[in-house]
Amino acid sequence: MKRVGKPVFFVVAVLIVAFLCTSLLGISTTYGDRTDVYIKGGNDIRWGIDIRGGVEVTFTPPEDVDATETQMRAAEAVIQQRLITLNITDSEVYTDYSRDRIIVRFPWKEDEADFDPQAAIAELGETARLTFREGNETDAEGKPTGVTAENIILEGDDVSEAGAYYDPENQTYGVSLTLSESGTQKFSDATTRLSEDNGTISIWMDDTMISAPTVNDPITDGQASITGNFTAEEAQDLADKINSGALPFALETANYSTIDPSLGTGARDVMILAGAVAFLLVAVFMICMYRLPGVVAVIALMGQLALSVAAVSGYLPFIPSFTLTLPGIAGIILAIGMGVDANVITSERIREEIRSGKSIDGAIELGYQRAFSAILDGNMTVVIVAIILMGAFGPPSSLFAKLLNPIFFLFGSTLAGTVYSFGYTLLVGVIGNFIFGILCSKLMLKSISRFKAFRKPKFYGGER
Amino acid sequence: MLRLKKDIDFYGHRKIYYTISICLVVLAAVCALIFGVKVDIQFTGGTIATYSYEGDLDFAAVESAASEATGFSVTSDSSQSVSGDTKQISLSIGAKDGMTVEMEEQLTSSLTEQFADNNLQYVSFDSVAATMGRDFLFKCLIAVLAAFLLMIIYVAIRFRRIGGWSAGVTGVIALIHDCLMVLSVFIIFRLPIDDNFMAVILFILGYSINDTIVIFDRIRENEKLYGKSMEFPALVNKSISQTFTRTMNTSLSTLLAMVSVCVFAVIFGVNSILSFAFPMVAGLISGFYSSVCLSGTIWAWWKDSRKKKGRKPAKAK
Repeated sequence: MKRVGKPVFFVVAVLIVAFLCTSLLGISTTYGDRTDVYIKGGNDIRWGIDIRGGVEVTFTPPEDVDATETQMRAAEAVIQQRLITLNITDSEVYTDYSRDRIIVRFPWKEDEADFDPQAAIAELGETARLTFREGNETDAEGKPTGVTAENIILEGDDVSEAGAYYDPENQTYGVSLTLSESGTQKFSDATTRLSEDNGTISIWMDDTMISAPTVNDPITDGQASITGNFTAEEAQDLADKINSGALPFALETANYSTIDPSLGTGARDVMILAGAVAFLLVAVFMICMYRLPGVVAVIALMGQLALSVAAVSGYLPFIPSFTLTLPGIAGIILAIGMGVDANVITSERIREEIRSGKSIDGAIELGYQRAFSAILDGNMTVVIVAIILMGAFGPPSSLFAKLLNPIFFLFGSTLAGTVYSFGYTLLVGVIGNFIFGILCSKLMLKSISRFKAFRKPKFYGGER
Repeated sequence: MLRLKKDIDFYGHRKIYYTISICLVVLAAVCALIFGVKVDIQFTGGTIATYSYEGDLDFAAVESAASEATGFSVTSDSSQSVSGDTKQISLSIGAKDGMTVEMEEQLTSSLTEQFADNNLQYVSFDSVAATMGRDFLFKCLIAVLAAFLLMIIYVAIRFRRIGGWSAGVTGVIALIHDCLMVLSVFIIFRLPIDDNFMAVILFILGYSINDTIVIFDRIRENEKLYGKSMEFPALVNKSISQTFTRTMNTSLSTLLAMVSVCVFAVIFGVNSILSFAFPMVAGLISGFYSSVCLSGTIWAWWKDSRKKKGRKPAKAK
């Protein structure tokens, strides 16, 4: 990077400002009541339940039960299914098999004033009623009617086990069923009767039909299989649901918390205001302290802020949106304060070099060169901490939790979700500091220093 | 603008710094002994139910009604909502194994019935089983320990080049100091130890070591430049003074950001953020202070006394 053209400063600055505007506002069009979101902005951020209110529950089997992995998977399948029937779409479910815990988190349902979270929690934990019914007649609401409602062939405890399997011959996935003694006879009678005209047996969880296979042959030995165009995942899912019918326990709530939505949105608005003030204060501070490099630092900081927002809103297609909580917002603000560190270190160096008699170009080049190791040091330690934060407080399925599993595996999964978000915004802030505080700042400073008007050392903190 | 024309005599004032730090820790220890350390239900297990209310509420009556409905001992606490226009009552219920949904519904319905005039409204509810709390506490402690170990490894690698293990040990002393300071703030201000505490401790661990490294980097550079002609105390004073503007400006800008969060949290009464931001501010100050006033001067003190001891036996190596 020997010479940087004069227009580079304006190009980089305009790009950063555009990035900031779009990441905050997003791009969407509205025709009548239809809104198309092209780029997700601040309004599309998924707020944590500490902000928009909601429920976090940890379910466990009763204390004296040591559930198997299959049983836990079945229990999770029930909860997933119930969440869909309750029309709760924005939920998170995590299962910890080693400690027998299922953690469920869902926000307060919007547009529903009398949403009853207690009832929802109670319903999620109940055992499911699994039935195999004749035919697949349903009414308008999808509930069983006619012969399907009347003739129940099997119930949950008639099935001893279901499992997904792979058939290498036909290269398909299927679900195998092993029936209990009571089930074998009933199933044998029903399939003998129904196989004559290729009838259907539908499988139901509570009032939801989960599968409706056709009966091809009479099944008399209690070993059945369901085939179809399953993917591996779908087969496993169906097996889990069928297993739920034979679950020998009901789930209990070990932890649960509910937060009213009015509580958090106020706190969020306060935090956003605090963030705006913090940005202004830091900007004024930097410009007073470092003049021209200070101005560059503020533009770079805008870029870092934009990246922080973009990384949670889902602005960039390769970064999925991330739930933002109050500590998460605090992390963004903290990163604004820390973010100028790279600029402080280089600006100090540049000033030193200018005082020792170097030319402006030489000072800028040297300043960035010599400051790099110090910047790397500071950022590395914060990155280590951010990763530990995400591992310790994040969902068990996250990359960082898996990374740290050797350290944490003894202690199971806990979901202090609000801190997880803090680790994430901190990490993004540090990465942003690298991109904008070093790379973009260097480009901008080198470019603007070529203008005659800015070639006086005093703009860089040199003697007047 | 603050510009250091002369080196500040950090080394000469070192005993003042050590005294300040020790006094603060002792004060915290005394507070801990007298008032005890508040630990959040996240770690101990228990239940907190919060309701908003209107008019004047007889807290004692609510407590007895709640303990009748749940069968556990109940204590209450009042608070303000974020917007400040409604009053809230928080009930701490001594249910160590957490409460079931049914118990909670029973509690809410019996309270809203008995205190109908106050228009009791359900705001939030938190219930944690004691076993889950203990697990979570252990996990947090392991996380802090892991962070500590990683920082020590990082320090060991970094300081191998800039002063050996004497510098590494003083760096770690500074880290322990900062953790103690954050803990002290939690104890002195009666903040409950919760996941916010763990987050602040972890962050400060990563943040504080950074300033120390920059200072020791400079010490090594100056050591080469001046060689044996400069005594350790003077060397340390020079190095800290040279990096002082940078250390201060970075800390200042971070503080500016966090202090504005604090101020807004106080004005609008957002306690959940204040219990995060305020200890963070304390940690940032402590990190700055320990880097500038403690780690370098301790190192020089150590080196200096070693050298003086080394002179008495006939020859140094």
